[in-house]
Amino acid sequence: MSKINTLEALNKAAKKGQEALFPAKKIRINIGMATNSIAAGSKKVYQAIADEINTKHLKFALTKTGSMGLDSMEPLVEFIVPNKPKLSFAKVTVDKVPALLDQVINLNLDTETPFYRADEQENILTGEKTAYVKGKVPRALSSIPMMEEIPYYAKQVKIATRNCGVIDPENLEEYIGRGGYFALYKALTEMSPDQIIEDVIASGLRGRGGGGFPTGWKWRSCRDAKGSIKYVICNGDEGDPGAYMDRSVMEGDPHSVIEGMIIGAYAIGARQGYIYVRNEYPLAVANLTKAVAQAKSAGFLGKNIFGSGFAFDIKISKGAGAFVCGESTALIASLEGKAGEPRAKYTHTVEHGLWDRPTNLNNVETWSNVPVIIARGGKWFSGIGTKTSSGTKVFSLVGKVNNIGLAEVPMGTTIKEIVNEIGGGIPQGKTFKAVQTGGPSGGCIPESLIDLPVGFDELDKAGSMMGSGGMIVMDNTTCMVDIAKYFVSFLAQESCGKCTPCRDGVRRMRDILEDICAGQGQEGDIELLKDMADAMMDGSLCALGGSAPNPVLSTLRYFQDEYEAHIRDKRCPAGVCKALIKFRVVADKCTGCTKCRKVCPTHAVKGNRKEVHEIDQTLCIQCRACYEVCAFNAIIIE
Amino acid sequence: MVNLVIDGRNIQAKKGKTLLTVARENGIEIPTLCSHESVENSGACRLCVVEITKGKKKKIVTSCLYAAEDGLVVETQSERVLKVRKFVMQLLMARCPTSDVIRDMAVKMGIAPEPRFKPNQDGKKCIMCRLCVKACEEVVGVSALGFAFRGVDKALGTPFREPSSVCIGCGSCAYICPTQQIVMSSTEDTRSICGRTFKMKACSVCGRYFAPEDQLAFISEKTGVPIENLSVCVSCR
Repeated sequence: MSKINTLEALNKAAKKGQEALFPAKKIRINIGMATNSIAAGSKKVYQAIADEINTKHLKFALTKTGSMGLDSMEPLVEFIVPNKPKLSFAKVTVDKVPALLDQVINLNLDTETPFYRADEQENILTGEKTAYVKGKVPRALSSIPMMEEIPYYAKQVKIATRNCGVIDPENLEEYIGRGGYFALYKALTEMSPDQIIEDVIASGLRGRGGGGFPTGWKWRSCRDAKGSIKYVICNGDEGDPGAYMDRSVMEGDPHSVIEGMIIGAYAIGARQGYIYVRNEYPLAVANLTKAVAQAKSAGFLGKNIFGSGFAFDIKISKGAGAFVCGESTALIASLEGKAGEPRAKYTHTVEHGLWDRPTNLNNVETWSNVPVIIARGGKWFSGIGTKTSSGTKVFSLVGKVNNIGLAEVPMGTTIKEIVNEIGGGIPQGKTFKAVQTGGPSGGCIPESLIDLPVGFDELDKAGSMMGSGGMIVMDNTTCMVDIAKYFVSFLAQESCGKCTPCRDGVRRMRDILEDICAGQGQEGDIELLKDMADAMMDGSLCALGGSAPNPVLSTLRYFQDEYEAHIRDKRCPAGVCKALIKFRVVADKCTGCTKCRKVCPTHAVKGNRKEVHEIDQTLCIQCRACYEVCAFNAIIIE
Repeated sequence: MVNLVIDGRNIQAKKGKTLLTVARENGIEIPTLCSHESVENSGACRLCVVEITKGKKKKIVTSCLYAAEDGLVVETQSERVLKVRKFVMQLLMARCPTSDVIRDMAVKMGIAPEPRFKPNQDGKKCIMCRLCVKACEEVVGVSALGFAFRGVDKALGTPFREPSSVCIGCGSCAYICPTQQIVMSSTEDTRSICGRTFKMKACSVCGRYFAPEDQLAFISEKTGVPIENLSVCVSCR
């Protein structure tokens, strides 16, 4: 890669990138190859398409992109045919590949119906739209729903994930072709560090890692801190169960994080940056490593960036998988080669951080928002979202919901819109019970608050938190005591173990919740849990211990009756806790088909063909196999 | 100098001193288990918490780490403070039911064990205060002890639970341990600690065994004093 140190060179690279994104004479195929896509089988589909292209000598540009967002529809394959609408196909399997390519070439879509079509591509950095279609949309395609008509996409505004699923993350020119590094050029050549900080303050951007601290003010404090050597850090140690927004950005658009960091470093006065990424994200590590090397050889990292005299470099540091290393002081300790244990934050990291120097730490999503703020202006950004929470937030929508995937929505979007419209509601005719936000430190929001708009303060008030953006949807078959037990058990393993209230307190909380789920709960347990929670919140050293009781407190706040049912009536209303449930055959409904008898691993189900079956409670291990397999709803949980 | 109020008393203190130090200098008792004059405070045990009022905001802080500030109002016995201390003591009693030190301290503080916390049965007395780890690192300078694992499994010990090759048998860890979890045993010419047995050096004057040979070699190497000059015990020097 030759050096890109002038606007002319940047424009030249952008042109090349656009030619790759909108090929004039070739069909471009985008296939999502993020970790979640690969899990859904996209690697095999990619290979099948590559083989088909080879054997038939087709002139296709096959491209691996990051996550396209909608995981439950993966593998997703998109075709960009010159001058025609972009067509997207969902749940593509290897056997469908030859016919699919054939149909796309001939635009004959009789057998394989595209999931959606798109007539134009939006560029959030410039605010411009580029048309895929020249002239009219062919009649054969006009009945295919447009992307923006699909409820999953309709309410999304993609800022942080603007390039995920659109560009090849390993191709720097495609990133530049989408407007990348122009914000850096603007920042370094037209703006002073103070102007940048003012713009970020004006944008209202708040930290996307969970704390929600205003980013611009953090930058200001770090810039004002005494010391000539300063650092910026990207926190890529995403560890909440069910959350993978940051992974998708690091995998699918690593340059957006790097560009944000360079701009931030220039504003703060740092010359060295670190990206701390967990090693369980091998693809993110690989793509970031490659992107840093590309940025170095292009001259975006190194000395005299864009001839401004500003020098900056980035190192990638791999985390060893401790959840607590997402906490800023533990992360810094880990970067220094020490055990990942937090310290008291009475002196702030913006003054005394890495190697005791002023250090500014932001999360992946925060950094990737920065180039857009610089390109469009803080005022524009603050116009999206709500007054106290501006911009968008990426959520990973998982659990008991139809559309599983990433959703980037303006702040202020209601939980109802996210779950019912974007998420497509609850599967299998079950009903919505609660949504867990904020990871293990967050809480559960019940059905009665489904109209709550998402925002930092709104979620806090409801007893949960924004956290990094995990959103786990639960239906009526979820036991809230069991959920609290799950998160508290997670934290019992993941506490760093330094301070007593967290290390031993979380463990004791787990023991009591295990007792309750096992039917061993005692009168007074609820009050004890609340007392323990108070002492843990006040007494813990860091935010992990301080927020560890949240899963218990928020479920107690909205579902105390379930705790009471477990403790007093030895009953699990949701039918989950094994010690408190029995499976029974309803004689009227049983046809004696023997299906349940066959799947029972402990031979607890007795009965001959065409006779009503029975379950021997002394042998039953409550594995649910019979319950799941019965086609006549003849097995019930009591 | 800064002016602050602790438990209703106006106190003048040197800027930068911790609230714990200032309180103790003024005869105000704050319980601690992980603070020791020889090592840096870590804030691990959480017994020394106090409640501070700064402007309109009240919060709980660790007095062994929080530095005295002008205008600060500190309460060392507020309801919130006592709740945290009671919780910490109950957790430690359940963790180390065989520790007399913890039991006596709890009795003194008027705290009974929480019946819902089933006492550990492993017979260990380690409260993870990390004084031994810090003494070994900061005072001795060998870092023979450290922590392994995290969360509920966090454990104190030598790396890979093997006898440490860098331990010099000085006994600082046993000396500083507040609960006597680390035990040092001696015969006339040997000393056993942390899974190793050290040969003791006999004083060249009185013949009494006075220090592990490994420790004397370590001191000689660190200070440049020839090992021959370290062969006399303290009493005969």
